[in-house]
Amino acid sequence: MSIAKTFLGLLEGGPSHGYDLKRAYDERFGHDRPLAYGQVYATLSRLLKNGLVELDGVEAGDGPERKRYAITEAGVADVDVWLGQPEAPQPYLQSTLYAKVVLALLTGRPAQDVLDVQRAEHLGLMRELTQRKRGGDLADQLVCDHALFHLEADLRWLELAAARLDALAKEVAA
Amino acid sequence: MSAPLLRAEGLHKAFGSTAALHDASFAIDAGEVVAVMGPSGSGKSTLLHCLAGIAVPDQGRVLYGDVDLGAASDAKRSALRRTDFGFVFQFGQLVPELTAVENVALPLRLNGVARRPAEATATEWLDRLEVGDVARKTPGNISGGQGQRVAVARALATRPRVLFADEPTGALDSLNGERVMELLTEAARETSAAVVLVTHEARVAAYSDREVVVRDGRTRSPELTR
Repeated sequence: MSIAKTFLGLLEGGPSHGYDLKRAYDERFGHDRPLAYGQVYATLSRLLKNGLVELDGVEAGDGPERKRYAITEAGVADVDVWLGQPEAPQPYLQSTLYAKVVLALLTGRPAQDVLDVQRAEHLGLMRELTQRKRGGDLADQLVCDHALFHLEADLRWLELAAARLDALAKEVAA
Repeated sequence: MSAPLLRAEGLHKAFGSTAALHDASFAIDAGEVVAVMGPSGSGKSTLLHCLAGIAVPDQGRVLYGDVDLGAASDAKRSALRRTDFGFVFQFGQLVPELTAVENVALPLRLNGVARRPAEATATEWLDRLEVGDVARKTPGNISGGQGQRVAVARALATRPRVLFADEPTGALDSLNGERVMELLTEAARETSAAVVLVTHEARVAAYSDREVVVRDGRTRSPELTR
């Protein structure tokens, strides 16, 4: 996910300090992977250099001075373009799961077990997300839904793979 | 450890020459939600039917507490289904001539509860399932999502010890399906009912505590494959 575009989108709500941007980002999009401060300031200085944000003020504090950033018109246009563009659909053809299933078949291991163990793992995470969703606000729910649908897609592929295992085993052996 | 509320061992069931269950086993405790997953035709529904005493296995046994369902008389099994078990199916389960509140009150009435208290209880359950406003409407005049909530209310109104749900959200959109699952599992946990949830959807199964996978009539629990 583009941190720069996301910062621009967050700045459309009003000027903000780097620290507050990081916090907003972590809260909404970071979950288990919060941004490092280095990333935050590198991103902001690049946006500044490209004219997509501007300095909206500098406040002196106890520590380093706090710069406030505001989005420019060019920045808003950039967000427009980004939101209007589709993301490249990702074909996960070479995913680890696929490799595991084929390798299990190639080496004569029970591929069914790979599928069953993975399903249990996926469902475990899906339970956690479902639980998190129940206690969460709308943003949490949307993030969890997104993850849940992707995990479900993985599982549906696993189910289909299980149904095709016999055919696949014959192909691999041929 | 106390014995499970409901358990099945070594179930075999064939329809003609087709084996639907082949050495299937299952166990569930009170207050537990167990998802039964597997592809179409894998034997999920047959397993549910055997567990609920709707079908009798060719071999193996189903024990509800210390009652062997296979050895029990038809009358005994029917009585259990009325008093101790609740059922939710994918669709077509409400009596079309009765209003929502009459539908929910029906199993209570069959268990000998008088009309007024039965309908009072039914109204509480309809409110709980967020469909109190359609209490006086017949199934033909409410949406699919509302109908399914009425069906869940009816299944829970008798406070069953085991709730059997076969693809309960199969006919609903994602949002309605999710709400039905939330309400169903919340209500079941509160009343310590065990829920046997047959589904092929992982997002629905994610409301369970654990899953049992049925494939080619055989059951597999993930802990057994680890």
